Amino acid sequence: MPTPLHIVVCGGIVPDPLQTLEPAAPNAAFPAQPSLKNEMMLPAVLDPWAAHALFEAAHLSAQVPGSKVWLVSLGPKAKLQQVMMTIAQKAPFELVAIDGPASGFTDAFAAAAALAATIEQIPGLDRGRLLLFGGWESASRGAGSTLQMVGERLGITEQFQGVDRIAARAEGAGFEIMERIEGGRHQVSLLSSPPAVLGWATGYLPEPRNNPQVGMANMRTIMPALQRAKAAAMNGAGPSFASVRLPAVERQTRIVKDMPPEEIAREIVAWMGEE
Amino acid sequence: MDSILVLAHTEADGTLGKPALEALSAAVALGGELTLGLVGCTVAQASLPALPSVRVLAVTGEPFANPRYATDAAAAEALCRASGASLILAPGTSRWARVLPGVAYRLGGRADTHATGLALHDGAPAITRWFYRQRIEAVLTRAERPWIVLPDAGCFAPWTGATGAAHIESVPVDPPSTRTTWERIEAPAADRQTIRPDAKLLFVAGAGWTKKQADGAVHAADAAALIHNFLERSQASLGGSKSLVDLSGEGEAVLPFMTHMNQIGQTGATPRHPKGLSTCCHGEEPHVVGWRFIAQRRAVNLDPNCGWARGKADVLYIADAFAVLRELNRLLA
Ligand SMILES: Cc1cc2nc3c(=O)[nH]c(=O)nc-3n(C[C@H](O)[C@H](O)[C@H](O)COP(=O)(O)OP(=O)(O)OC[C@H]3O[C@@H](n4cnc5c(N)ncnc54)[C@H](O)[C@@H]3O)c2cc1C
Repeated sequence: MPTPLHIVVCGGIVPDPLQTLEPAAPNAAFPAQPSLKNEMMLPAVLDPWAAHALFEAAHLSAQVPGSKVWLVSLGPKAKLQQVMMTIAQKAPFELVAIDGPASGFTDAFAAAAALAATIEQIPGLDRGRLLLFGGWESASRGAGSTLQMVGERLGITEQFQGVDRIAARAEGAGFEIMERIEGGRHQVSLLSSPPAVLGWATGYLPEPRNNPQVGMANMRTIMPALQRAKAAAMNGAGPSFASVRLPAVERQTRIVKDMPPEEIAREIVAWMGEE
Repeated sequence: MDSILVLAHTEADGTLGKPALEALSAAVALGGELTLGLVGCTVAQASLPALPSVRVLAVTGEPFANPRYATDAAAAEALCRASGASLILAPGTSRWARVLPGVAYRLGGRADTHATGLALHDGAPAITRWFYRQRIEAVLTRAERPWIVLPDAGCFAPWTGATGAAHIESVPVDPPSTRTTWERIEAPAADRQTIRPDAKLLFVAGAGWTKKQADGAVHAADAAALIHNFLERSQASLGGSKSLVDLSGEGEAVLPFMTHMNQIGQTGATPRHPKGLSTCCHGEEPHVVGWRFIAQRRAVNLDPNCGWARGKADVLYIADAFAVLRELNRLLA
């Protein structure tokens, strides 16, 4: 039987992508970095690629009996609570919460330090069979840096990014891992055994349906985890922002009505040919 | 002033790829003492830039041939240390994006990925990069060094000039032990190879291609044939909206050549093409953030109130995309 896995998913929270975002001046808690207008009022979701990582973790742990999934999330406590209400019904996990900023403007270096320090202290976590999951890029910073640095801090130098698939080979012969590379292609590598870091892209699993029973089981650990959440010290050095702005004004859209398809096609072909 | 290391990996034939030459030209434009650091199975010396004042360092050998975290990180770390550079510019390829933030941690430095601009700001290098999936653009500087910056491909003109480096200094690195074996590249079959990063045109298909049309019926097979022919004839790169890609993923073979790798937007790609043509896609914000680096944009939609009408496209044709594509294919035949 394959060795049970300990899967830790790092997943932050981000503003719902349907919201309009506007940069704003720093707030009192983090004077060195910009913020978002009405940041605390914006509805949040689990970072989408991290959510894929969580679904993949649940799927993999279900295939290897005895495995366990933790979700480590750094964000303002009140927002974490709101997001957990919805995500709890999707997959079984034990929450490990860290109270701190979820802003895209905080430094990945500082976020990684807080995450690694917390993971090191998870009771019962066997780092010899650890798979550290997360999204390959966040929807906030979009850097793809945090997981790598958490891995380095935990001494894990088998790392994969843009992962779309992990498949256990028969008879404990390791895992085949597929990572996105340029031009719509994948690179396939063989990992002989954990520990490893996997930054997930979309994967191939659909979003799981809500399961109220899973939700109830998760909630038993979620509330205590939120109460226990320690505040992360994240006000260290980071980048200095010389400017932060929304992209330049929108285009003047020319709306073309009642033009026959042949004529539209001629116009498009001419446009395609322009340098 | 910062001393700069341009850190590149070579291609299979030992030459430098376009993204590496772009990073080099960004470094040359910034000025300062320059070192070139190379990782790969081999280095084709005659193909390297002939820059007389530039020191060239290399980590080579079979263990460094293919992308893999442990070996790439060891090689990159050794080159950064050997160069002593305070600013490291490395092309934002999938290979370097996988390891260099980890390497920055080893060096006690910092890394910034997806830089779209680099210039001096009050005498210090400053990068431009986007936050919140291309919604907010910031210019930032850092006091910490070494600072590893990965420019996105296509943001700088590639370096051009005479080739033939004078001398390469080999930097010895013992390949670290690793539990990872590089196995292979998987590419879609030629007729399903629809992602073409160098294409002039991005063609986006939305979920409308799968919806009931004016006659009350769905015409998925027609849609697939029309789009396939258009891609063949125009050599455009194919993008999809999340709604369409998700349909394909749920086993409904809407477009057999569409996978989630084609998805554009918030949870998809943000490709760089001079032009983009959207069809049967509503142009909602989570989709359109993926169009940030598409310079000229046109859309075909039946709905005059779709998102593209609100300043997101240059031209919006209110028309049936089936009819327009049929005509386009006729003209391009
Ligand atoms: C967390 C999150 C992340 C998301 N990430 C992404 C993302 O990465 N990418 C993305 O695309 N979306 C993303 N979305 C979804 C996004 O909000 C939209 O739901 C999606 O883009 C809609 O896809 P669509 O425009 O193809 O489909 P629809 O909204 O169904 O629009 C179909 C369009 O087709 C038109 N149409 C129908 N028939 C014809 C015809 N014959 N000729 C011309 N036009 C026709 C209709 O008028 C309509 O405008 C995300 C949403 C969330 C919440």
